Amino acid sequence: MLTVKKASRLFKDGAAGFKNITFTVQKGEIVGILGTSGCGKSTLLRVLSGLDHADSGTIHLNDGSPSGAGVIFQEPRLMPWLSVEDNVLFGFKNPSKYRKQAAHYLSLVGLSEFAGALPRDLSGGMAQRTAIARALASQPSVLLLDEPFSALDAFTKMQLQDLLLDIWQEEKTTMVMVTHDIDEALHVCDRVIVLSGQPGEIAAEFKISQPKPRSRSDLSLATYKEKIFSILEYSNTGLQKYSVR
Amino acid sequence: MKSKLNLIGLGMILPVLLIAIWEAAARLGWIESYLLPAPTVVIESIIEMAQEGTLWAHVSITLYRVGAGFLIGTAAAVFIGAAVGYFKKAEHLLDPILQAFRSIPSLAWVPLFLLWMGIGEPSKVTLIAVGVFFPVYLNIVSGIQGVDRKLIEVGKVYHFNSLQLVRRIILPASLPSFLVGIRSGLGLGWMFVVAAELLGASEGLGYLLVLGQNTSSPELIIASIILFAALGKGTDALLKSIESRSLKWQDNLQNAQ
Repeated sequence: MLTVKKASRLFKDGAAGFKNITFTVQKGEIVGILGTSGCGKSTLLRVLSGLDHADSGTIHLNDGSPSGAGVIFQEPRLMPWLSVEDNVLFGFKNPSKYRKQAAHYLSLVGLSEFAGALPRDLSGGMAQRTAIARALASQPSVLLLDEPFSALDAFTKMQLQDLLLDIWQEEKTTMVMVTHDIDEALHVCDRVIVLSGQPGEIAAEFKISQPKPRSRSDLSLATYKEKIFSILEYSNTGLQKYSVR
Repeated sequence: MKSKLNLIGLGMILPVLLIAIWEAAARLGWIESYLLPAPTVVIESIIEMAQEGTLWAHVSITLYRVGAGFLIGTAAAVFIGAAVGYFKKAEHLLDPILQAFRSIPSLAWVPLFLLWMGIGEPSKVTLIAVGVFFPVYLNIVSGIQGVDRKLIEVGKVYHFNSLQLVRRIILPASLPSFLVGIRSGLGLGWMFVVAAELLGASEGLGYLLVLGQNTSSPELIIASIILFAALGKGTDALLKSIESRSLKWQDNLQNAQ
């Protein structure tokens, strides 16, 4: 579905960004990219979405749909002058023809009653739901999520993670999700790629075979958490030593 | 609804009081009528002009000058401002010289325009257009340059081309500052029409000012001032209603209930 080969993108004389990233995403899979801040994971997602370009390496989207990748950003990024419905149809050239589609995705994210509302009247969680509906409406072959819930409170965050899983159950959307939240990655993803270092490189990859939806108190996930945590902690202490010296 | 009427009533107290004092002062002879005639006299002279048919001629020529100058100035500002705001190259090419022209007080152009275009309509309309141009231009440029990069990225995700980016994101996002620009541009337009008509005209509200001075009829001057105020306020209210209607989406103090 999505193949990334030896992709690199470096900033600040090679001290930031990511390098030598290789992975593939299968159709219908949810892949998490996990790392501490500054490991280049958001840059990686920007490169995957085409907003930024890679210095080297190839990114290949085996495209079944015309629209390529859909992106959900950390902030909702709604157009404040458009109603919720028109925001959902923002990617369409001729929105008025696709009202039915908008209604479908709005009901999928539970916002049917707010189709006519303006973004200023929405809560943070509702705005992000609208952004999810917008990204889905263009039926992307892969959905790229850049820390999509990190600006939300803990409760809303869990609701939206479960919403994402419900959507996946219904539409089997392929997703790549960048996050710094280990619990989020373990709750949602089929596979977790851990980035560490500056520039970020793939430190480990975990396949989470527990069926979704998973219980948040699933003990078997705790072992993954411990492993991932030790990798990230290790790369962090290395960083501290470096900066002290 | 009732509270709105109350608010209007509150705002009317001082004007009504002032006019009453003014009327009384003129009637009781506290002020010489050749300096400040009573409001009723001013109104009478307006009505008289309306009956003679000269009022409409003066008002319409002034409205025409402001309208034409405003449209030309705004159109030029939209065109150049959009280019300067959107293309970095255009900014480096045009902005320095426009800023230099901006620092010339617009009235300093008057003699040159009179020399070039004579005393007729073109010189007046040009002067007004120059006056309108700068506030509109400045606001469009800053509006476009202030558009949130994050919103533009959303368009890029959908592979919008430049035209689509401008039409679907940049224009609506910079609309608030564009509207501020055309409102202050219109205000300047009214200012410059007075200047243009004071300096040489045979009709128009500004000409009435000169006529009133030359014939020692203050009621004519005050009538003209009142008409300027009414027309200026009226056209601004028109723009303001367009503004509040098209900017309902803004999450600001104005729209807070």
